[in-house]
Amino acid sequence: MESVGNLLLGFSVALTPGNLFWCFVGTFLGTVVGILPGLGPAATIAMLLPLTFKMDHTGAIIMLAGIYYGSKYGGSTTSILLNVPGESASVVTCLDGYQMARQGRAGPALGISAIASFVAGTVGVLGLMLVAPPLARFALRFGPPEYFALMALGLAMVVFLAGKSMIKGLLAMLVGLWLAGVGTDLFTAESRFTFGHMELLDGIDFVVVSIGIFAVAEVMINMESRGGTELFKIPKGLRNLMPTLQDLKDCRFAFLNGSIVGFLIGVLPGAGSTISSFLSYGVEKAFSRHPEKFGTGVIEGVAAPEGANNSDIGGSMVPLLTLGIPGSNTTAILLAALILWGFKPGPLLIQDNPGMFWGLVASMYIGNIMLLVLNLPLVPLFAQILRVPYFVLYPGILGISIVGVYSVSNSLFDVWLLGLFGLLGYAMRKLDFPAAPLVLGMVLGDGMERALRQSLMMSEGHLSILVSRPLSASMLILALLIVIMPMVNKVRSFKMKAVEQEV
Amino acid sequence: MATHDNEEILTGICLGAFGAYVAFEAFELPYVSEYGPGPGFFPLWIGIGVTLLSLVLVFANFFAVAADESREHQSRLAIGRALVGWSGLILAISLLHWLGFGLSLALLTVFLILALERRPLWTALSVAFGLALGFHVIFVLALGLSLPSGPWGF
Repeated sequence: MESVGNLLLGFSVALTPGNLFWCFVGTFLGTVVGILPGLGPAATIAMLLPLTFKMDHTGAIIMLAGIYYGSKYGGSTTSILLNVPGESASVVTCLDGYQMARQGRAGPALGISAIASFVAGTVGVLGLMLVAPPLARFALRFGPPEYFALMALGLAMVVFLAGKSMIKGLLAMLVGLWLAGVGTDLFTAESRFTFGHMELLDGIDFVVVSIGIFAVAEVMINMESRGGTELFKIPKGLRNLMPTLQDLKDCRFAFLNGSIVGFLIGVLPGAGSTISSFLSYGVEKAFSRHPEKFGTGVIEGVAAPEGANNSDIGGSMVPLLTLGIPGSNTTAILLAALILWGFKPGPLLIQDNPGMFWGLVASMYIGNIMLLVLNLPLVPLFAQILRVPYFVLYPGILGISIVGVYSVSNSLFDVWLLGLFGLLGYAMRKLDFPAAPLVLGMVLGDGMERALRQSLMMSEGHLSILVSRPLSASMLILALLIVIMPMVNKVRSFKMKAVEQEV
Repeated sequence: MATHDNEEILTGICLGAFGAYVAFEAFELPYVSEYGPGPGFFPLWIGIGVTLLSLVLVFANFFAVAADESREHQSRLAIGRALVGWSGLILAISLLHWLGFGLSLALLTVFLILALERRPLWTALSVAFGLALGFHVIFVLALGLSLPSGPWGF
């Protein structure tokens, strides 16, 4: 009952004309920022921060949060239409989203992405409202061994991303882990694998690798034949551009899976929406009745990760608001904003500023509805991008790729790396190496190495610390089961075939 | 008759060499530091892992009973076209510093349309102009991003 009363207070704050306006501005800007590569939510919030000093602080946090979750709605658009992941959390969406676009189902993919974002985003806010304080305390129990186990669980998803050959999937993942280690070692400041290039001391940015091996490689594949391969069919009529009832039915579990996985991973500081999107994709494939179809344009393969990276927002607000711990670049800037405005994020924030906290929670419900209303009508418009002739589209994709990579750190060296990773991605495609495990390894590599080394420092070199704590032990066992199960199934089916042949 | 998949074997050998290189380089870095595992710890095991898996890839294909017939043999012409397109991209990247983003993108567009698509020059020029202008308006003027600029300021 107390939550209902608090929420009513929140709505009384969020529904004032001023706060509604700022909520709309934030969600609209977020959508634009999410669609266009080169300007992420963190940079946008940082740029707008000085403008908020003279604003009402509740209106300001409502607007900045709107940019944050609005960008997740828009992030899937270029992944689905152009195979260009604008941010790390959208990489998984490329796997099935782009394949759907190739089959003429870009509209349903964009539509289901908006609907999944709405459902999971709302569940995430519900979670933030109901279970924020106890979950935040639980998240604090995560030490380096638990984080290592979580990363191992994330890496176990390679089983679902490997495609035809597990060996090739594992090799790609290991190359990704190696790429994550390029640069200066955080513990000893020693440089690793920099080949004498100063530019590599900071490491290789994830965006450079993912745009190279997805977008540039895709363009190269399509350049193989004159006129490009025949990709982009767009059915006529609004009805064909929206998800059908059957699509929605197929995505029931994906909505639930994305909502829960996204929220739980979001609560863990530092875990990030990329892990949640990979995990939810893996869970979806593991429980699917047709796992073999994943990667060929399955609508659940879009709904689950898109839901997860939106539900993650509600989760990430839990440690930010209740403990003052930011879990990502964007939440770190939101934390800075709260402190600059004079708030003290932590256990007393809700008690001391109920209007601001509950106003923000209520505005997130309203913002999610605004985003759905904003995004669904835009689906047919976005789908028309695919009508652009290929000889305009491909230079355009290459241009967007260069802008996206250059704007990460204004470095031409990164653009050279883009070309290199484009060639690597092309070679991987030709040799049947899956790209997603490489990206998975790269995303998790840094955090995994740090967590492992911290764990071993804590235990003075004893690996037993990883299995002696219940939480980490159970996650490691789960990861092991995920890796072993397909092998057991393979051996079993091999035996069955042998028996059948004997008979 | 037993046949080997030479493409796979060659890939395995290249990856094995890469894994050995990573392990060798990591071996030169401290395996243990005063704070616990050193900077060579993680890459060493990655290098060993890549080498071992590459060996599995090589042996699995070397002793394969038959090559995978479902796999398409790659057309050299198709790969050549893709590599020509990639060379155009690399050329455009190398010109970014001198000519700026707008002109480099325009030249890349003209190159791709003329060399790969064999379309008329006026089509290439108009698409190049439209793309360069569109990128400048959206990213530089509207979003305020700083992109590499040539001597003429764009």
